Amino acid sequence: MSLPPPPAPPAVEHHSVGDAVGHLAQPSWVLLAYLVAGICFILALRGLSSPQSSQRGNRFGMVGMAIAVVTTLAVHEIANIIEILVAIAIGAVIGLVTARRIAMTAMPQLVAAFHSLVGLAAVLVGAAAYLNPTAFGIAEVAQVTTDYDFTKVLIGINPVSRIEMGLGVAIGAITFSGSVIAFLKLNGNMSGKPILLPGRHVLNLGLLTLILGLIGYFTTDQSSWVFWTITALSFLIGFLLIVPIGGADMPVVVSMLNSYSGWAAAAMGFTLGNTAMIITGALVGSSGAILSYIMCRAMNRSFISVIAGGFGGDAAAGGGAGGAIDRPYKRGSAEDAAFLMSQAEQVIIVPGYGMAVAQAQHALREMGDLLKKEGVSVKYAIHPVAGRMPGHMNVLLAEANVPYDEVFELEDINSEFARTDVAFVIGANDVTNPAAKTDKSSPIYGMPVLDVEKAKTVLFIKRSMGGAGYAGVDNELFYRDNTMMLLADAKKMVEEIVKSLG
Amino acid sequence: MDFISILSIFVLACFIGYYVVWAVTPALHTPLMAVTNAISSVIIVGALVAAAAAGFPGAKWLGLLAVVLASINIFGGFAVTARMLAMYKKKER
Repeated sequence: MSLPPPPAPPAVEHHSVGDAVGHLAQPSWVLLAYLVAGICFILALRGLSSPQSSQRGNRFGMVGMAIAVVTTLAVHEIANIIEILVAIAIGAVIGLVTARRIAMTAMPQLVAAFHSLVGLAAVLVGAAAYLNPTAFGIAEVAQVTTDYDFTKVLIGINPVSRIEMGLGVAIGAITFSGSVIAFLKLNGNMSGKPILLPGRHVLNLGLLTLILGLIGYFTTDQSSWVFWTITALSFLIGFLLIVPIGGADMPVVVSMLNSYSGWAAAAMGFTLGNTAMIITGALVGSSGAILSYIMCRAMNRSFISVIAGGFGGDAAAGGGAGGAIDRPYKRGSAEDAAFLMSQAEQVIIVPGYGMAVAQAQHALREMGDLLKKEGVSVKYAIHPVAGRMPGHMNVLLAEANVPYDEVFELEDINSEFARTDVAFVIGANDVTNPAAKTDKSSPIYGMPVLDVEKAKTVLFIKRSMGGAGYAGVDNELFYRDNTMMLLADAKKMVEEIVKSLG
Repeated sequence: MDFISILSIFVLACFIGYYVVWAVTPALHTPLMAVTNAISSVIIVGALVAAAAAGFPGAKWLGLLAVVLASINIFGGFAVTARMLAMYKKKER
């Protein structure tokens, strides 16, 4: 009796499930649906080119999101739909309640908090894809063929997807921890002053290199320690990157994190081969990048110097700061201010972050209305970095029912100050400092500022003469002959002016 | 779709984003940030894939948590944007 021949050595053939990169083949209607969702998102942003079309744009955004979600649910086998619906319902309730209750002055914090959620969601999706690559269609299998049979054995995640996944998780984690710090700073749970660690630049660069190196290494070794180390280090660097950045630079930080949340979504879109995610990620990424650029330009600072941090602390002290304490200035009362403005032909109101802090926007609008009744032309001038996020002042004024066609951007109104009787500065400081135009030693030299000093009279509301603006610079404007200081809480002062006018 | 097709879509979308965002009026920059926040939560697609799959409880729970987070953002982001946009009014007269 002869023994059966030994089985032939198994022939192993590696290949991916799905197409060349490993994405599951999707029917064309699905691809089209995701494309339509992406186009809806483009139209959502397009609508924001004017206030009239903006609400329609927002509805396009909602439609796009609904298409993306329904399509996804329709094409995947769902183990338990109830769980998913419950998860969506929980999120919807929290989201809607927050959106309804939030004060407009707290919008920067809210946006930072929302960014952190996108970041964390990206990390969770990345981790889920790592744990269950088959569901995401990024698994690589080996086909083991013997004489009798063949079986497919999971050998891991295909290398291209590992890079995309690694990048997505890293950007997501940075977005999350960075946004949490930005939130704490904006919400006042953490000092707005920059916290400077020694050797932080070397440390951050080292960490960044390490993360990129690990993502590269991840393509050759997909052990879980590599994945989780990438995640942990990215959380850490997000924290370290934002901690040294001061309160005044928050508009840039918030925009930058906005951009990151977009790139994280795009990286995940690559992993899933999903057009809606890729289009959205690219849109949001560019949007945040452009806003960061606009904010940097408005402060005459380079992006690198903002990221390096440290600005807006005690260290900054420019020309004119020393010995300025005893300089003479004119002080006025609410009655003086009311009289001057009621006699004026045109008043330009310059609001800043201080107006938001004092919640003075409603009283301010009342003052504007009374002045208009007296036949005074009232306009508002907004510096791009007034407030803690791009467009912050515009929203607050809109909330107080100031029509948007009375509100002007810096470049559109700056030439008008020379033809204006009264410039009324409320809660703004550095953005009106003439030293930015003349004093080369000033830390804010070169920053575009509002030419308020060209108005016949400048009324400047400030709590007290002590304390400089966020850049730590004294404002030469206070001591000018045509400036009258109104020293009081912004809201109280405006309310008193309203009383005198009425 | 192969990598190059996906990359092409990505690069073209970056260009579209560039032109569309520059066209946004500065007065609406805050709503812009809120709405980009909402739409970047399209990452919920990935979360749903993870949450729908059977057999991997760890991945499923991570997916469900991501669905909750992304939903907060989607509903909160669109709602707060709508609330802000409704406040922008033209001069009466």
